Amino acid sequence: MKYSALTVLKQALTGHKGWQPAWRDATPAPNYDVVIIGGGGHGLATAYYLAKNHNVGRIAVVEKGWLGNGNIGRNTTIVRSNYLLPGNLPFYELSMKLWEGLEQDINYNAMVSQRGVFNIFHSDVQRDAYARRGNAMRLHGVDSELLDLPTLKRKIPYLDYENARFPIQGALLQKRGGTVRHDAVAWGYARAASRLGVDIIQNCEVTGIRQENGKAIGIETTRGYIGTKKLGLAVAGASSLVAAMAGLRLPIESHVLQAFVTEGLKPLIDNVITFGAGHFYISQSDKGGLVFGGDLDGYNSYAARGNLPTIEDVCEGGMALMPMIGRTRLLRHWGGIMDMTMDGSPIIDKTPVENLYLNAGWCYGGFKATPASGYCFAHLLARDEPHDVAAAYRLDRFAEGKLIDEKGVGAQPNLH
Amino acid sequence: MRIACPHCGPRGLEEFAYHGDATVRRPADGGAAPTKEWTDYVYFRDNANGPHQELWYHSAGCHAWLVVTRNLATHEILQVKSARDAA
Repeated sequence: MKYSALTVLKQALTGHKGWQPAWRDATPAPNYDVVIIGGGGHGLATAYYLAKNHNVGRIAVVEKGWLGNGNIGRNTTIVRSNYLLPGNLPFYELSMKLWEGLEQDINYNAMVSQRGVFNIFHSDVQRDAYARRGNAMRLHGVDSELLDLPTLKRKIPYLDYENARFPIQGALLQKRGGTVRHDAVAWGYARAASRLGVDIIQNCEVTGIRQENGKAIGIETTRGYIGTKKLGLAVAGASSLVAAMAGLRLPIESHVLQAFVTEGLKPLIDNVITFGAGHFYISQSDKGGLVFGGDLDGYNSYAARGNLPTIEDVCEGGMALMPMIGRTRLLRHWGGIMDMTMDGSPIIDKTPVENLYLNAGWCYGGFKATPASGYCFAHLLARDEPHDVAAAYRLDRFAEGKLIDEKGVGAQPNLH
Repeated sequence: MRIACPHCGPRGLEEFAYHGDATVRRPADGGAAPTKEWTDYVYFRDNANGPHQELWYHSAGCHAWLVVTRNLATHEILQVKSARDAA
């Protein structure tokens, strides 16, 4: 069923009795041409772009829980392409362009809202760094504006401009950045993929990867064996665990990142704002809750929850930036498990096991990358060669010394 | 999460700094040439779920290095030893 104003009207007149499930809940077939492990945003986007752009035959997405229960529903919904390094910028800009056309493409309301991302800076050094970043973006055809203090004060009057410790000097603005309703991304891609014939198999946990002569030939699951010609892993958060089933060891540590939402408020923050002197980023959802986050907890974890010291630290960052939020109450907070790579950048590559392809290591930045990640992973799966904009995301870059260290502080899993 | 420091008793997480896997060992050679052992040591991790031996530094306390065994699935702390004793 195609969604349109006409469909809504027709359903309204017939008591909304004709709506159908958004995607088919498929049972596994014995064999596929491509199986993707992981029914999160990246896995579903991969399946969609595979089915849409590449003629690869039968495709399945295998998910251990239900769609959208992983990191696709556990992020702060921010999308942006304000990167610095050549390996990253074109990739994230492709993602931004795909976000811009996403809803028409998949015929689903994902509430893409280009409300602008403001990165606040607090010192001369940071102004220089942000000017450089903004210039790098413009050289790659990405929009960016360096705002001086009076302009920023006009646009966002409620920041703490009197803060003696972290004086606000201006901001780098990407107007095209913003937020997207994260669950709707999973649902929309699932529906669009399903309409193109992709089998979406939920509640099907992978327990093993079967190999023959160094080639992946299928997966053992809680719903039986599924054979496949090509196998893609898109299980960020559990990449090391699933890759270990194929005997692979990855340059990844799993860490917990917390996010928070307050009680619903009247419209207050109409863009995305990041604090430059600490780590804090905030936006307001359409329901009115302030959605914000900060640093990793900083220790290895597979428990999807964090600890109190980080909550305190994040809230202190918020208070230093905009004291007006001090009396709002937290409604809930949650944790997601991040694949933290050792340079802070992702991996989209073949693996030493033939027919096994890896999409992993998204650190903090997985959500905004969802469309391009799926687009490029589909390209790799179908053609056995990387898409141009994702060519730097190689698994062997660590051995080769070709790190994409966007933050430039070396090999440690606390980057994004 | 509270860690029972052998010197100071149970203390809150905010007193400690984390330093990662306690079981990895630096390769014996000086690292003049790039080897697989060095790449594995610097970049690659087992990253398994379950009990994990890791180094914590009691930075806001007695400054001892500790080897903590912690269940990554639950954050339960199973054992705490002084790194000197564990080595």
